Amino acid sequence: METILFYVLAVVTLLSAVFVIFLRRPIHNVLFMILTMIGLATLFILLHAEFIAMVQIIVYAGAVMVLFLFVIMLLNLEEIDLPREPRPLRWGFGVILSLALVVMLFPVFKSIAPIINGVAQNGDLAAASNLDLIAKELFTTYLLPFEIASFLLLAAIIGTVVIGRKLTKS
Amino acid sequence: MVTLEHYLVLSALLFALGIAGVMLRRNLIVILMSLELMMNAVNLSFVAFSRYLGSIEGQIFVLFVMVVAAAEVAVGLAIAVAVFKQRGTININDISLLKW
Amino acid sequence: MIELVWLIPIFPFIGFLINGLFGRRFSEKTIGWIGAGSVGASFVVAVSIFFEILKLAPGNRSVEKIVYSWIWSGDLNVPIGFLVDPLSLIMIMVVSGVGCIIHVYSIGYMHGELGFRRYFSYLNLFVFNMLILVSANNFLLMFVGWEGVGLCSYLLIGYYYEKKSASDAGKKAFIVNRIGDFGFLLGMFLIFTIFGTFNFTDVFGAAPEKLTQGGAIVTLITILLFVGATGKSAQIPLYTWLPDAMEGPTPVSALIHAATMVTAGVYMVSRCSVLFAMAPVSLTVVAIIGGATALFAATIGMTQFDIKRVLAYSTISQLGYMFMACGVGAFASGIFHLMTHAFFKALLFMAAGSVMHAMSGELDMRKMGNLRKKLPYTHLTYLFGTLAIAGIFPFAGFFSKDEILFYSFEKHIAFWILGAVAAVMTSFYMFRSVFMTFYGKSRVEKDVAHHLHESPPMMTVPLMVLAFLSLVGGLVGIPMLEGGHVFADFVGPVFAPAKAIIDHGVHHEGHHNVTAEIILMAVSLGIAIFGLLVARFMYITSPETPGRIVQRFSGLHKLVYNKYWIDELYDFLFVNSIVEFSKLIWKKFDEAVIDGAVNGVAAVVRAFGSVLRLLQTGLVKDYALSILVGAIVVIGYLLLR
Repeated sequence: METILFYVLAVVTLLSAVFVIFLRRPIHNVLFMILTMIGLATLFILLHAEFIAMVQIIVYAGAVMVLFLFVIMLLNLEEIDLPREPRPLRWGFGVILSLALVVMLFPVFKSIAPIINGVAQNGDLAAASNLDLIAKELFTTYLLPFEIASFLLLAAIIGTVVIGRKLTKS
Repeated sequence: MVTLEHYLVLSALLFALGIAGVMLRRNLIVILMSLELMMNAVNLSFVAFSRYLGSIEGQIFVLFVMVVAAAEVAVGLAIAVAVFKQRGTININDISLLKW
Repeated sequence: MIELVWLIPIFPFIGFLINGLFGRRFSEKTIGWIGAGSVGASFVVAVSIFFEILKLAPGNRSVEKIVYSWIWSGDLNVPIGFLVDPLSLIMIMVVSGVGCIIHVYSIGYMHGELGFRRYFSYLNLFVFNMLILVSANNFLLMFVGWEGVGLCSYLLIGYYYEKKSASDAGKKAFIVNRIGDFGFLLGMFLIFTIFGTFNFTDVFGAAPEKLTQGGAIVTLITILLFVGATGKSAQIPLYTWLPDAMEGPTPVSALIHAATMVTAGVYMVSRCSVLFAMAPVSLTVVAIIGGATALFAATIGMTQFDIKRVLAYSTISQLGYMFMACGVGAFASGIFHLMTHAFFKALLFMAAGSVMHAMSGELDMRKMGNLRKKLPYTHLTYLFGTLAIAGIFPFAGFFSKDEILFYSFEKHIAFWILGAVAAVMTSFYMFRSVFMTFYGKSRVEKDVAHHLHESPPMMTVPLMVLAFLSLVGGLVGIPMLEGGHVFADFVGPVFAPAKAIIDHGVHHEGHHNVTAEIILMAVSLGIAIFGLLVARFMYITSPETPGRIVQRFSGLHKLVYNKYWIDELYDFLFVNSIVEFSKLIWKKFDEAVIDGAVNGVAAVVRAFGSVLRLLQTGLVKDYALSILVGAIVVIGYLLLR
């Protein structure tokens, strides 16, 4: 059952990702991107990471993608404004290079898998609920990175505001 | 049975798609989306490792990646809007001021 | 109060900062009083420390106060610390006291000058550095003050920087001093190599163990230190800068080039008395150089007509006396003469400044004469200074000079003869300047004559204070018989270790020979009066005599009048050759090799850049592509490894 579910989800995610890359109109890209996100979130659930799955849907599928939609509507690009995409020859070149990377990664996976045994471990995950563990770690061991992350977000907010200001002609 | 390797391969394929998007597309917004895709691919492998190593740290790392991704998207889109306002295009091949 | 010794240098520094940074908005009066007040505050602190230290037993009057750890690196540990002992206290009081008087005088003298604020901030900076120099408890901090006063001297000599001769004189002073400083530095390095510390007390305490009496190393150290002293204190062969330094404003000549800075060398030699005592050869060198300088400068002084130059050569000559005193082992007498000299030479310079003030800047004594009616106060104070420097009883110079002559006589009669001949000349040229300036027929030019006026009280009052000090300053030298007196008893403990080393092994002939002492005293008094009478005869009774003498000995006069052509000799020997060599290096080496190398490197970089910049397309995609290719290469390498 789990195996079937995995393959179905994998295919859905990959396919929608392909559409994200290859469809021409930005609005379609965004919609398939949302589908990819949802597929990934489901995979997270399959991996017993329920909290991450929730965050994935709320942050990515919710906030980030809505942001993309807003920007697309804000720019309101006509068909003629869309950049002309490259020719098939260039497509082939890019795809080959990307695939080369993936193929080269496979031996790496092969060497990792035996070490980790390939079987899901419960480890400390079994001890308490997912959320409990994350919260505890985040506010003890990772307190400093957590605070730094909040600063990063603040900086992003300020930066966005500064960049998005109405430009005065000078 | 689904092993760690399955997830890693899936993650690698997603990552490759992201790279392809960055390399091939000329639409700035789509490139930003491709970047998001790459980050998600990495997240997937983090969560998979977390599951198969029985450790929570992978998931915590994913949270931080998400923070960075969110910040990056916000700033990136702001730049895209600003560039479009000023230059009337989102074709990155037309935005090559940093040239000799 | 001793704990607060660090306040002494701080006050003038604060004055410097206030005047230097914010003085633009202040009136002349405010600037002047900030300058004088800050130095005065130091003087008050110094005097209260003096009275406190008097309460201590004579043996315990040396107090060290560490304020801050300045350099701490491995074996090198240099604090900012102050050494309070009778020697440094005398110096501090002389510097701040005379300095304060001269600051007040400057308010009047510099009135209306364009760079009034600049002048006062430099002067305060100078006093700060001088106080650091004399109160430091280690060689390195002393060197900081040493260089600082050199800098201020340069700045103040070149005060009228629009005048080429003034800026040249500033450069000359600085460069000649560098030669001496080089010796001082080398001496310091040698001290650190051997003792591992710069601290005065540690070095002098360990000296008898780590160095052999009369050994080569201690001789080398002391000779190097003395080279430093000859630079700063204008002794043969590095004295040439001091006469030129008279280009600066007159109060500067009084403070820096007569009373304080130039005595730094004497102070340094006295401070290192233990080391010098261990090197008899160096002591002899010091004595010979000092005596020779005293005589040499005096001969030049007899022929000059510029009143400030006469005083400048007189300063060199008196500094020679101080070194001779140190050289014969009478350090206390050297310091005593240093103190009295600070009083009367500052007085003479400032009185000369007052004359110059009245004469619209004229310095040539041939164009003066009979000024005593118009400048009564200046005349009287100048006369006091002259009586003091000539060594007429009971003025200050009599006591200190007589003491030096006495100790020289004890050491070797040759030193006494050097000193005595120089003393005749001193008396002669000083009274010559008095008679030429204030007596005889007026030779003042007409358009200057009706401007003649006495200086304002702001200038005459400091003159009177110093005149009073010149009169009574020597009285701390009584009773002078039997070798002991108030001043020597106070300073003595500082030099006790040195004295013990010098006296060691020498058979001491019991007590001083009182009869000899009285005879010598009478002789030196007679010498001074003889000089006076000769000057009176030549410049009052029969004014045509000097001309006849000059004609008779025209060759000799020409030689002395032109200062033995030493400046020209130095120019020929050192300056020109260095200039020519530098030109050669500039043309051949700098322009060809150095510039060639620099331009060559730039050309190569540009050539590479013009190729490499083709890679910079400005297209983000290309950059992303290179990242990807890089990643693939890295992973490939890791797999194939």
